[in-house]
Amino acid sequence: MEKVRILEIKQSVFANNDRQAELLRRELKERGLFLLNLMSSPGSGKTTTLTRLIEALAGELAIGVMEADIDSDVDARTIAKTGVKTIQLHTGGMCHLDAAMTRQGLEGLDPGALDLVVLENVGNLVCPAEFDTGAVKSMAILSVPEGHDKPLKYPLMFQVVDAVVINKVDVMPYFDFDLEKCTEYIRLRNPKAEIFPISAKTGQGVEALAQWLKNQVKTWKET
Amino acid sequence: MHELGVVYHIMDTLEEVAKENGISHVLSVTVEIGEVSTVLPDYLTDCWNWAVKKRSLLQGCRMEVERLSAVTFCDGCGREYPTVAHGRICPHCGSEKTWLLRGNELNIKEVEVS
Repeated sequence: MEKVRILEIKQSVFANNDRQAELLRRELKERGLFLLNLMSSPGSGKTTTLTRLIEALAGELAIGVMEADIDSDVDARTIAKTGVKTIQLHTGGMCHLDAAMTRQGLEGLDPGALDLVVLENVGNLVCPAEFDTGAVKSMAILSVPEGHDKPLKYPLMFQVVDAVVINKVDVMPYFDFDLEKCTEYIRLRNPKAEIFPISAKTGQGVEALAQWLKNQVKTWKET
Repeated sequence: MHELGVVYHIMDTLEEVAKENGISHVLSVTVEIGEVSTVLPDYLTDCWNWAVKKRSLLQGCRMEVERLSAVTFCDGCGREYPTVAHGRICPHCGSEKTWLLRGNELNIKEVEVS
């Protein structure tokens, strides 16, 4: 009988994914391509915000979009109407994208001469936060009807992102949403996060967000 | 919350380790799960037992789970306290300026091979 022995591994389950993500980021750097990982809960306005951003950046950045969902292609069709290059990824029931799936998606999109690719992650505030997709920066959207306490309830999501968009501020009077408290809760978990209150519906605040994104892409390409 | 995805990552890592070390059979894997990790041990082992049948190198490989306790540090008073019992508000001084020191781990500790 073969001898049984113990092999010590001692590594995070995510270590493998983190390595693949780092590799992807390095390749993106060489190509001068900026990848933004966009995360939020379902219905917070990822697709609408993205549509607004595409309009605001038209003629300035060549943009592509990867839509990740468990099923359907409704988001990809909405984005396709804006005229940018888009691809729908199906996660096959999986609640998040990892670096390997992101790489596959990028190959499918064939970014060519694009400056910016946005990955619209699966609508979920929990799982996507744990998996580094290889994106250069990540951004979460929190919408007013969800409540200002979400940064406390889903701390990891608000801790890992570079920017938080607070969407649907136009309906703030109808909800008990405290913008000041929300900002404080985000800062508590992530002092460096950029915070952008916007309304994707009315366009309020979109310009500042677009400007931030443009600067991020520029910095990535130039340094 | 995403136990199946985690299981796939563990299986990929074990297959890599087996290949690097010329191992033909992995008998068991021990994972360490922090108390406030988003992974539930029961779900994880259920997913594992289902998925592991699909990988030839890992046939019959058992999963053992070890729990790691969660500890939070308080910026307000500089003391530590058990996270699960008290949440994010410090039981010593009532401050909300608290940080998780440990307890969200999800590690592959070791494998038993032959």
